[in-house]
Amino acid sequence: MIRFIWAVLAMTLLALPAHAGFDETINAATAPIASAIGAFVFFKIQVFGAQLPLVVLWLVIGAVFFTFYMGFVNVRGFKHAIQLVRGDYADPDSPGEVSHFQALATAVSGTVGIGNIGGVAVAVTIGGAGATFWLIVAGFLGMSTKFVECTLGVKYRQENPDGSVSGGPMYYMKKGFEERGMSGFGKFMGTFYAIGIFVGALGIGNMFQSNQAYVQLNTVAGGALDGMGWLVGLILAAVVFAVIIGGIKSIARVTEKIVPFMAVFYCFFAIVVILMNFTSIPAAIGNIFAGAFTGAGVQGGAIGALIIGFQRAVFSNEAGIGSASIAHAAVRTPEPVTEGYVSLLEPFIDTIVICTITALVIGTSQVADPNFAGDATGVAMTSAAFERQIGWFPLPLAFGALLFAFSTMISWSYYGLKGWTYLFGEGQMGQTIYKLMFCAFVALGCMVQLGPILDISDALVFLICVPNILGLYFLAPIVKREMTNYLARLDSGEIKKYTH
Amino acid sequence: MSNSVLLAIDGSPGGERALSYAMERAKLGGAKLIVAYVIEWSQYSFNTPEENAERHKRREQEISRATDTIVQPAADKLNAAGIDCETIVTHGPPAETIIRLAEKHGVAQIVIGRRGQSGIKALLFGSVAGNLIQTSPVPVVVVP
Repeated sequence: MIRFIWAVLAMTLLALPAHAGFDETINAATAPIASAIGAFVFFKIQVFGAQLPLVVLWLVIGAVFFTFYMGFVNVRGFKHAIQLVRGDYADPDSPGEVSHFQALATAVSGTVGIGNIGGVAVAVTIGGAGATFWLIVAGFLGMSTKFVECTLGVKYRQENPDGSVSGGPMYYMKKGFEERGMSGFGKFMGTFYAIGIFVGALGIGNMFQSNQAYVQLNTVAGGALDGMGWLVGLILAAVVFAVIIGGIKSIARVTEKIVPFMAVFYCFFAIVVILMNFTSIPAAIGNIFAGAFTGAGVQGGAIGALIIGFQRAVFSNEAGIGSASIAHAAVRTPEPVTEGYVSLLEPFIDTIVICTITALVIGTSQVADPNFAGDATGVAMTSAAFERQIGWFPLPLAFGALLFAFSTMISWSYYGLKGWTYLFGEGQMGQTIYKLMFCAFVALGCMVQLGPILDISDALVFLICVPNILGLYFLAPIVKREMTNYLARLDSGEIKKYTH
Repeated sequence: MSNSVLLAIDGSPGGERALSYAMERAKLGGAKLIVAYVIEWSQYSFNTPEENAERHKRREQEISRATDTIVQPAADKLNAAGIDCETIVTHGPPAETIIRLAEKHGVAQIVIGRRGQSGIKALLFGSVAGNLIQTSPVPVVVVP
């Protein structure tokens, strides 16, 4: 049966490139919708000559509020988060469940992607070095949002009859609002969120990733893959198919193992490059601070740098989007708040560590040679900064980008699936239909340049942060109560630390 | 001094031999046997989101499978021979978990079968028996 479905899928996809102008047709049909949705979601206001998308403001205000409301949990909870990940509080008598470390690793591999390498380059090109400062600030504030959403993800998850769990914003909104006697509103918000994450999963977590993976491969191959997008797409789709439908978990397990390794590998060599540019370090750091407050040479000045930095951070760590709470919900812990603590490490790793390191690689290279990258932007710019010092690095970098893209696709296929099952139930048939659709979009992402469709999905992913953050405001008192209660028991020694 | 013995089995022929050995010793000395099966698991492994969501279900399946096919048959054999025994099935890194169980139950001795792995695999991953010998707080009998 599965082989049959696969054959049909393959034939359909193979037939696609034959239709000349296939993508143009779709583009033409969807462009008006995309620009309408995009204009609505990314509605920009003018602030001192800079354009500020309201959605970024919405996310940042949320993050500032949660940082104060939770009493700077992003600073005060940091040490405890590390202890939890190390397993210091894991009961040795009930091992074998998903550990805090595993939940964190899974969620991080969903957020660390092409954006950490290429997106940062775009941000510092447009927003100048000063954007880095605001990127770090936003990453730091985002930690508090993650804390709130992931605590709720675990607290209000659903235990399915087969023993598996489903969780995420759609569940905490439905159940949380029900508890507050607003069940109709909660259901509406949950459904809204589920539709958004499901559609978003096909774009930002799928087509965008596979498209970038293809572009990367083609760059490394020196353009030998021009016009071969359909082939790369089919191969990628086949691998994703093998993992999410064929149940060949070993492929995913291998990438899940390699991704953290690649992230460490990337950071290590990035630090090496920064150190090799050591004479430029003071100037690069000076530029970051100077740019952050004066915005020299940036459109919109300091505010422009701030907006670009904030935007890059929220796009990268997804704090406020709610996606990570779906991944964190799998942890079985009697204390939902512990998962909140662990999740605050996510924006830290993603934004404060990885994005900042990328920014410094580019920043120090720029100081040494302002024209080091020529006209290149995005991943190519980061790649050029590495190449200045380590000639062979572009190859492993491309390989890493491919793996990051792949693991992001696997994570997002799951997020989208949870949106789907929330809407249509846990039936196997429906799940298979969704997964097939997901694979088809993986292939499509490499074949065609469907800008408008990507724009729609991008917009939807950010649209869902509206109900999500709104829900978080309503439910934050519950999280605060849980946190206060947990900390009291931690202080009194009721929650034991196990020495291993 | 405690008169109980921790017998760690893994469903392999080596484990069977360890069971026979421990059974003979227990008959002679009237010791209580604690039969343990450790399902290899690390909290630092990497999973896909779907695996995480299904982990609880899998964990219970792993425990019941190990209990039904390996531990319970061993316990039945011991009971039939009139030996007092207790069974444990748990997840964890094998050597560390066996030591933790030995300390928790205050056993006098650990009995384990040799898996007989050699060469590169043993060099890379070490062997459970080898690790136990190096770190155990009580005497370890490795049955060949």
